[in-house]
Amino acid sequence: MTVETNGNGAKGKETNGNGAAATAVTELPVLTRKDFVSDQEVRWCPGCGDYSILAQTQKVMPDFGYPKENIVFISGIGCSGRLPYYMNTYGFHTIHGRAPAIATGLKATRQDLMVWVITGDGDALSIGGNHLIHTLRRNVDLRIIMFNNRIYGLTKGQASPTSELGKVTKSTPYGTVDFPISPLAIALAAEASFIARSVDTHTEHLQQTLQRAGAFVEVLQNCNIFNDGAHREFTDREVREDRTLQLEHGKPMIFGKDRDKGIRLNGHSPEIVTIGQDGITEADILVHDETDPLISFMLAHIYWPEFPVPVGVIRRIVKPTHDEMLVAQLDEATAARGKGDLKKLLNSGETWSVKAS
Amino acid sequence: MTTAEATPQTERQLERVTIRFAGDSGDGMQLTGTQFTRNAAFYGNDISTFPDYPAEIRAPAGSLPGVSGFQLSFSSTEIHTPGDSPDVLIAMNPAALKTNLGDLPPGGALVVNEDAFTNQNLQKVGYASNPLTDGSLKQWNLFPVPISTLNSRALEGIGLTNKQVDLTKNFFALGLMFWLYERSMDGTLKWIDEKFSKRPEIAEGNRRALKAGYNFGETTEIFHERYIVPPAKLKPGTYRNITGNEATALGFVAASQLAGRTLFYGSYPITPASDILHQLAGYKNFGVRTFQAEDEIAAIGAAIGAAYGGAMGMTGTSGPGIALKSEALGLAIMVELPLVVIDVQRAGPSTGMPTKTEQADLLQVMFGRNSDSPLAIVAPATPGECFGIAIEAWRLALKYMTPVVYMSDAFLGTGAEPWPIPNVDDLPSIAVTNRTDASGFYPYLRDETTLARPWAVPGTPGLEHRIGGLEKADILGNVSYDPDNHDRMQRLRQAKIAGIASDIPPLDVYGPAEGDLLILGWGSSYGAIRSAVERLQGEGKSVAHAHLRYLNPFPANTEAVVRAYKRVLIPELNLGQLVMLIRARFLVDAIGYNKVRGKPFRIAEIENEAMRILGEIKKGKQ
Repeated sequence: MTVETNGNGAKGKETNGNGAAATAVTELPVLTRKDFVSDQEVRWCPGCGDYSILAQTQKVMPDFGYPKENIVFISGIGCSGRLPYYMNTYGFHTIHGRAPAIATGLKATRQDLMVWVITGDGDALSIGGNHLIHTLRRNVDLRIIMFNNRIYGLTKGQASPTSELGKVTKSTPYGTVDFPISPLAIALAAEASFIARSVDTHTEHLQQTLQRAGAFVEVLQNCNIFNDGAHREFTDREVREDRTLQLEHGKPMIFGKDRDKGIRLNGHSPEIVTIGQDGITEADILVHDETDPLISFMLAHIYWPEFPVPVGVIRRIVKPTHDEMLVAQLDEATAARGKGDLKKLLNSGETWSVKAS
Repeated sequence: MTTAEATPQTERQLERVTIRFAGDSGDGMQLTGTQFTRNAAFYGNDISTFPDYPAEIRAPAGSLPGVSGFQLSFSSTEIHTPGDSPDVLIAMNPAALKTNLGDLPPGGALVVNEDAFTNQNLQKVGYASNPLTDGSLKQWNLFPVPISTLNSRALEGIGLTNKQVDLTKNFFALGLMFWLYERSMDGTLKWIDEKFSKRPEIAEGNRRALKAGYNFGETTEIFHERYIVPPAKLKPGTYRNITGNEATALGFVAASQLAGRTLFYGSYPITPASDILHQLAGYKNFGVRTFQAEDEIAAIGAAIGAAYGGAMGMTGTSGPGIALKSEALGLAIMVELPLVVIDVQRAGPSTGMPTKTEQADLLQVMFGRNSDSPLAIVAPATPGECFGIAIEAWRLALKYMTPVVYMSDAFLGTGAEPWPIPNVDDLPSIAVTNRTDASGFYPYLRDETTLARPWAVPGTPGLEHRIGGLEKADILGNVSYDPDNHDRMQRLRQAKIAGIASDIPPLDVYGPAEGDLLILGWGSSYGAIRSAVERLQGEGKSVAHAHLRYLNPFPANTEAVVRAYKRVLIPELNLGQLVMLIRARFLVDAIGYNKVRGKPFRIAEIENEAMRILGEIKKGKQ
């Protein structure tokens, strides 16, 4: 597998004016998963899906080829927010919903860093919804990993913005009257350059997704205490192949244990068809294209039980990152006007002299 | 004077003149005022200005809320305020007359554009009859001038539309004032040429308007006298005219250069702080990175992120924005990262009066966060001083690894004064170093003197660590719920801020070191207080002035100063915030003098209050 950095993970660039040592890319020591395990005791509930996400994250870290001091994990509040404590990298456990904003400032001044944002459905889509949207639309060079367990776990079981309509929780004893939000549709509306979905228990798929991770990854995660079986209907081993749609760029959207089901477009609407029935062949099946906005839109909106749940990379396009454009402006201004001279700046505009009398 | 010969009218020399230009917000009064200010500054007068404009970009033409004003005072002696009341009021329409006349003392000169006093305009603002003709303006020195008519006549034949012609009439008024105060038009003519170099017909229109106003003064004899305000004896040096917001932006660029670190400014547009964002966005060749965030919280969040990476992360806003940033400020206090937050205060609460001034965020900035969460607070006193205090804010933030709030206000931010440009070589270095040594490194192992924790930025090998908003174990920095540890950390954070008192200049006293009355102020009320104290001292009163630039911690000698006088008077544009802090800290029976009208103090207001208290002291003696 080739390591991708979303076309924007500028590695080892010299840092300017942050007092940080410039990191030259030379021979890097070969790192392993263990190098990314911190000395802190992991304190999620036993059986929590977060353990798997942490393990896969630690496992893929060496693949990026970054020195570990150049990797930063920034999180918000919620169970997901604890993840940075368990990574032996730089880490910042911030405040509720604001991790993307904090990461934006870091990335805007430190292009040399690989910055991950760890968040949850409440953190990213409720209190931090605004930051998520704007961070994605700016194409800040971050890897935002959103754990979606469809519940507030850390506060002990209230409805979240992804909880299904009618969900009975501690805060909604008669069921929620709020329609849930689709994280992928939100990311798509913000024109995120990378949108993917994976599942906590599909470890290999999760690793592959994290390896490719760009702007936004939703990880379907189980909360065995407050929302056990959150995604069980389509993620359990026995039903997984029939009820999820594993996406691969350039490949037809075929799913099912027997690899005989597929997604076909009927006009603008997707439909499930069976290969070999009614004259359907593989050629009729829609081919996934990560760069096609209509396919991304469709994939962001289909879900169980009407459709298999798409997992994998929904969308991946290349566009300049926020920090690249920001720095380019500085370079242009410096080329045009020369490096700023404080003395000249203070004495600019209209000045006059008062002589000693 | 190059543009006109001396005229037969008599001349009179004045020490100081205050002019207020008032008109519709589309009438260009801010520009007119700024042009006169430039002229006076160049001429060598000391100046002080007070732009007063509505929040609406264009309120309905001719309406009372649409009135925009610009007051400037220019003088042959040192001045500290834009003047209590104008000597001359230029009113471009009935609305401007109605809203400003109350400030013009009897006998003051009142120049009005009589063309604008139509029945319709009069009715719009509730004048039952025309004040220009009904005798109601008898107590003032009224000069009705048909500015619109004269101006359009002067611009005939150059091909401008009626609307374009109308837009130049402010320059007619400016030209008239230039004539009245014997000022050269050259600077403004040059400005017009440059500003409208690509639109020669507009340039020509403005040139003609300016000259027409000037020549009107010259050829008619409605003004019997012209006035000369000679240059002031300012300290030798190179000067420029500067507003508080400009000086603030320059100060922060300078701070970045002096610290050798990238300046990152995250901000969300808000009146009256937006100018700082505009200004900083232009300094890209200084490496300044500006970020117009999606909201106030993202603005401070990004600044904290930048600080985490080793840059000088900064955010700026006004009171409502501070409210939104409170939680993130708490985070910066907890993770002990350097951060500077600008609060250009405005009248509140809530949206309040966004373009009007107030000093009422002090307690918000001091206490407006959950738990005990101390931070440092500084406040410049004059527009020019904003520069140095901006550098000082960063010196403290970097040295003590703490958020520092820099409190300006609408009056300070938009007001202007001549600024002696400092010599860059004389500015202090404020550089600090990052932690790079991995041996013996702990994220919360403090410097013994400053109690600052090390700045260990990502990218530094061997220092990988985690920080966050959860309480941290002393020294180690791991998450801790230990009661003893929390108690210790709360006290350490408090002690770190309190310790700054030994690293800042003592509170300076202007006047006797002890005596009857101390007037203690902070922020933009400096000018009015200082002028009042100068007058009182001139009358032989035992009055001193001290002005706090550091609101938290207070300078170490503050208690000694406030205890050295029989009475302490604290004038503030709020309902008593500094006075509450002083009373609470020092058990001194300080007296508040409070005004919340969206306008700065007048000298006379403070003088009168001081006289009242001095009278009480005297009575007490008998």
